[in-house]
Amino acid sequence: MSFDLVAQYLTSQHFLHGAWVTILITVVSLFFGVLAGFVLALAQQARFWPVKVMTITYLWLFRGTPVLFQIIFIYNVLPSFDIRFSAFWSGVIALSLNEGAYMAEIIRSGLQSVKKGQRVAGQALGMSRLSVLRWITLPQAARIVLPPMGNQMIGMLKTSALVSVIAVQDLLLVANQTASADFRYFEALCAAGIYYLALTSLFMIAQGAMEVALDPKARRRRANGEAGLRAIARRILSNTTTAGGDNVR
Amino acid sequence: MSADQKILELVNVSKRFDTLDVLKNCNLRVAKGETIVLIGPSGSGKSTLLRCINLLEPPSDGSVLFEGHEISNDLRSGDRVRREVGMVFQNFELFQHLSAIENIMLAPMKVLGMSRHDARDLGQELLRKVHIPDRADHFPDELSGGQQQRVAIARALAMRPKIMLYDEPTSALDPEMIREVLDVMTELSNEGMTTVCVTHEMGFARRAADRIIFMEDGEILENAATEEFFGGRANERAQKFLSQILH
Repeated sequence: MSFDLVAQYLTSQHFLHGAWVTILITVVSLFFGVLAGFVLALAQQARFWPVKVMTITYLWLFRGTPVLFQIIFIYNVLPSFDIRFSAFWSGVIALSLNEGAYMAEIIRSGLQSVKKGQRVAGQALGMSRLSVLRWITLPQAARIVLPPMGNQMIGMLKTSALVSVIAVQDLLLVANQTASADFRYFEALCAAGIYYLALTSLFMIAQGAMEVALDPKARRRRANGEAGLRAIARRILSNTTTAGGDNVR
Repeated sequence: MSADQKILELVNVSKRFDTLDVLKNCNLRVAKGETIVLIGPSGSGKSTLLRCINLLEPPSDGSVLFEGHEISNDLRSGDRVRREVGMVFQNFELFQHLSAIENIMLAPMKVLGMSRHDARDLGQELLRKVHIPDRADHFPDELSGGQQQRVAIARALAMRPKIMLYDEPTSALDPEMIREVLDVMTELSNEGMTTVCVTHEMGFARRAADRIIFMEDGEILENAATEEFFGGRANERAQKFLSQILH
């Protein structure tokens, strides 16, 4: 094997573009996925039963079929009903809809983990329902939700490779094409693997930073002069040993 | 304290949960500055009665009048009424993600639009009032039960309520912490804060209450001045209950 070639691939326009497409698909799908999940989580708690039935059907469909199936379905079947999306957007739509179903369950469990008494206490102070949700329920749910959400986000980075089946030029497809053109599978896939690891590492750091940002006691420590980076590092290291267990109240 | 100074009035208030009658035709008048203690066996409807006052539980029947205006006919008025009625819970229910002072600051900022700076001053002032000025930056899980409950009282006071409701405020406390909470409540009562308190602390009732209300099975069975109530002139069921809780 040749390290020079790996380095060459890593810095090539082709691979950079592939990595960029992977990031773009992941981030855009996550954005819409979290949004869909949030709406679904609230809809599940609705008292109006048709809304409940619709959300449950949604969860059933999107958790009950493979993501790969959903990607291919949206790209290949919808055009026969004259609904057309580019390969990139087909991938994003499928991933977002799928992600929304999983995020919904995570967000719902987070909202339910905040005890009713906390909401009642907010109401008793004259706060509106929306105000209670924004200032009391959500901030507490966010801390519970972050570790499993981090898992989902890192999962999404890797799941995004599935869009290569509908010819979106993501990192994996670029690596595979390069490999078969040059007959250098090891080097090409090494380069792709390094990119994936670098990206997941970034996501882990981002998750650590968000957990620190949402930890009220870390906020106080920061005010007392503890460096932010050290707090993030400590958070990431403690996560690998406790798997987020310290967030359980 | 004449009756025309009444701040709160419950008229024939009933509350049903499905088929269960939790409150049956309850009538109660609270005069401005008065302190009332509500007692009765568990399940007698004391907490529900308290929650009907600030419409956390809308009554099924009857009306609630606050400062002479009926508030129970329009449930949207709930948020508005609750700004002026402070409530303290058995389990404190401090917001876990906020420090003591932030717990106090939240409602004045988000409901009344007070600036962070003013809210912080108010928070400090109220923490002094409940005798824990040095715990401002502590989080609920770093405070003792007694301290948490006093922060909860300060949090309710931050809205400058016209009346305070306490729902068994010392039931979840270790014995040695009950006193510090009752002392704060007594001070407030003595300063003229209108108070309705569900409690089994008869010492507090004797010291602070103007009247004692005895409830059983959703009905108000006795409503007597404190001296009369403890002077053996309460009705038979109330006497029996009293002898049970005094051992």
